Amino acid sequence: MIDFELSPKIKQTQKMLRMFAEQALRPIARHFDENEHEKPEDLLKMVHSFMKGGLGGSLSGGKSKEEEKGGEKKKSERNLATAVTVEEIFWGDAGIALAFPGPGLGGAAVQATGTPEQKERFLARFQGEKPVWGAMAITEPEAGSDTANIRTTAVKDGNEWVLNGEKIFVTAGKSALEDSEGFVVVWATVDPKAGRAGIKPFIVEHGTPGMKITKIEDKMGIRCSDTVSISFMDCRIPEDNILGSPEVIDTTKTKGFKGVMATFDATRPLVAAMAIGVGRAALDFLKDTLASEDFQVRYPISPNRMTAIERDIIEMEANLKAARLLTWRAVWMLDNGQRNSLEASMAKAKAGLAVTQITQKCVELMGPLGYSRKYLLEKWMRDAKINDIFEGTGQIQMLITARNVLGFGRDKLK
Amino acid sequence: MVSFELSEEQAMVKETIASFATDQMEPLMRESDEKGEISEEIIKKGWELEIISSNIPEEYGGFGESPSALTGVIAYEELAHGDLSAAMHLVSPTVAAYSTLLYGTEEQKKEFLPAFCGEEFKPSGAALLEPRHSFCPSAMTTVAVRDGNEYVLTGQKCLVPLAKESDDIIIFATTDPGAGFAGVEAFMVPTGAENLSISEREKNMGLKALATYEVSLNGVRVPLDRKIGGERGIDFLNLVSRSRLALAAMAVGLMRRAAEHSRDYAKERVAFGEPIGSRQAIAFMIAEMFIETDATRMLVWEAAWKCDRGEEFSKEAAIAKYYAAEKAMKICDGAVQVMGGHGYVRDNPPELWFRNARAFAMLEGMAMV
Repeated sequence: MIDFELSPKIKQTQKMLRMFAEQALRPIARHFDENEHEKPEDLLKMVHSFMKGGLGGSLSGGKSKEEEKGGEKKKSERNLATAVTVEEIFWGDAGIALAFPGPGLGGAAVQATGTPEQKERFLARFQGEKPVWGAMAITEPEAGSDTANIRTTAVKDGNEWVLNGEKIFVTAGKSALEDSEGFVVVWATVDPKAGRAGIKPFIVEHGTPGMKITKIEDKMGIRCSDTVSISFMDCRIPEDNILGSPEVIDTTKTKGFKGVMATFDATRPLVAAMAIGVGRAALDFLKDTLASEDFQVRYPISPNRMTAIERDIIEMEANLKAARLLTWRAVWMLDNGQRNSLEASMAKAKAGLAVTQITQKCVELMGPLGYSRKYLLEKWMRDAKINDIFEGTGQIQMLITARNVLGFGRDKLK
Repeated sequence: MVSFELSEEQAMVKETIASFATDQMEPLMRESDEKGEISEEIIKKGWELEIISSNIPEEYGGFGESPSALTGVIAYEELAHGDLSAAMHLVSPTVAAYSTLLYGTEEQKKEFLPAFCGEEFKPSGAALLEPRHSFCPSAMTTVAVRDGNEYVLTGQKCLVPLAKESDDIIIFATTDPGAGFAGVEAFMVPTGAENLSISEREKNMGLKALATYEVSLNGVRVPLDRKIGGERGIDFLNLVSRSRLALAAMAVGLMRRAAEHSRDYAKERVAFGEPIGSRQAIAFMIAEMFIETDATRMLVWEAAWKCDRGEEFSKEAAIAKYYAAEKAMKICDGAVQVMGGHGYVRDNPPELWFRNARAFAMLEGMAMV
């Protein structure tokens, strides 16, 4: 039965997080925007002790242990609950939310591609006393969405892998490697001639010799979250720190890359949910301001009798809700054991673009107030833009959607 | 608990209508458009789907309960996926039937509803739109003035489907011109009534197979018992919102068909040695068509779900219809564009879809869920 009612449990969480976002995140949002590279240490500790891998764990997406048991497709609400959680927290503040401790994308990769032993070995730390971060390093100076072009190498030497190369735009890289006892999942090639089939994920622990953070980026938005460059110079890691099989199975196919894709199926809808949280913040602010001036949107009248601002608001509401429902559909499929690559990329494509436009339109409609740093709206416009970029730009999502719809592989639709 | 899964009944309705729409409606779409009429065969077989009678309780001749908006939007999407004109023809009587079912007095239900459950198609249409650029259902100029035991209806209506073919049409008029939606009432009026005249067939840009007419009301006297709901009347905003859901669902059907057609063509048509779908300029258009079709369907479903729960859904229905009208036009424009010159000629369907799509922005009250 088609149903859009969240379960009482998720609703309860949503209510609690909304309060948390309003009372704990909003008041400090401006400070941690203006003081880049500073972090709300106490809040992050509190978040950690309160959630203990709960939120962080769920942020990593994918399947839980129980769901994998027995091979039976078990229905759950885990990914939906995460999407709702993410929307609420990002409504509070995107920068601080991205700085929350937890396994993050690195954890998602371990979940999606690791063996049970590896999951135990690498993920247990997130339940400990101190906050810990996980990070993921894919992008390089010469390879972003074009992951087949990854040049970081991993060469087997005895019972170790030796990594060499440079990674950029690693979200929470500093938090994972310098501020906590975390790790980064590094995507490197074991066979540069094999293309995507040769690319494998490796776990590099904090404090591993040969790994160095070389740059911390200054950014337009999401400033509370650290984004770093990492260089690897003869960086040696144990041989069992490779996630999945080291074999290059078939160089003509992209099977070796399945892990990244499986990771993205779970994380893309969550990035969509992040965007939706920020978009909702902006639209709420605009509507609250208008309501305080007794401006009412006349929804049921004919559009040809509406004012331009009424049309703008209706369009924004439609786009935001459509993006949310597409996101819910993508995570619902995941929760029900259905393949959702198409729906996940659709949700992210829609949400990234919609929210980029919504935040910009809200700033426009608020006039001078929209541009002023006295209010958070201008910050949300800066924050929102990242959602159309990270985890695959809007254009990459369109490309994936188009390939799925047309049934064209990467050879036929470049 | 959130779910995107159709119920068994909905899945069956969807499948049955989908095969009728694809196998029988669509092949006749062009011919119907050129001739300006829907084939008898389609009307007969379409009526056998029992879309209306399955929503009318046994005591009034049907075999269902009250209409489910969700099942309705699923059904209408499939119908419009076949042919929008024929879909609108087939479900045009829903306005009279459902307005009566939802708000009619017991006597009215007994009198009017059995005809919609018979073996033969029962033509009826709604007189709601008025020929003005600034028309809005909340600002009607057709008035109904109480005079003793009668109402006197005066005004001009347009785009009334099947007016000439019907024994009765349902006319919306305001009893209180300043009251917006709240002032509007519905009257079941015989087309042969005195001072009611029906124009020749209207000539419109699209929906050419659907017979629509202007209806002039020059002091048409309607007895009290023909005012739907008697003294209590109707909840016009609810009915308009149900009609918006019906229209938005049909828009989704149209856009889905246009998107599929564009996809198939882009895979086949070769230019510069490759299928045109191999170029991002075309591929991204097609991706957007599919994303927006699904996005619109989500908005329609959510509004219909609210309607079925008995919650206020007029805002959601208005938003869904607004969005659907915009996206239907954009996607059908894209479907013409993907084919280039081939999309502009009447040998191919996109130009027909393009003309049909433009209707959604101004249409109201053509059908209901």
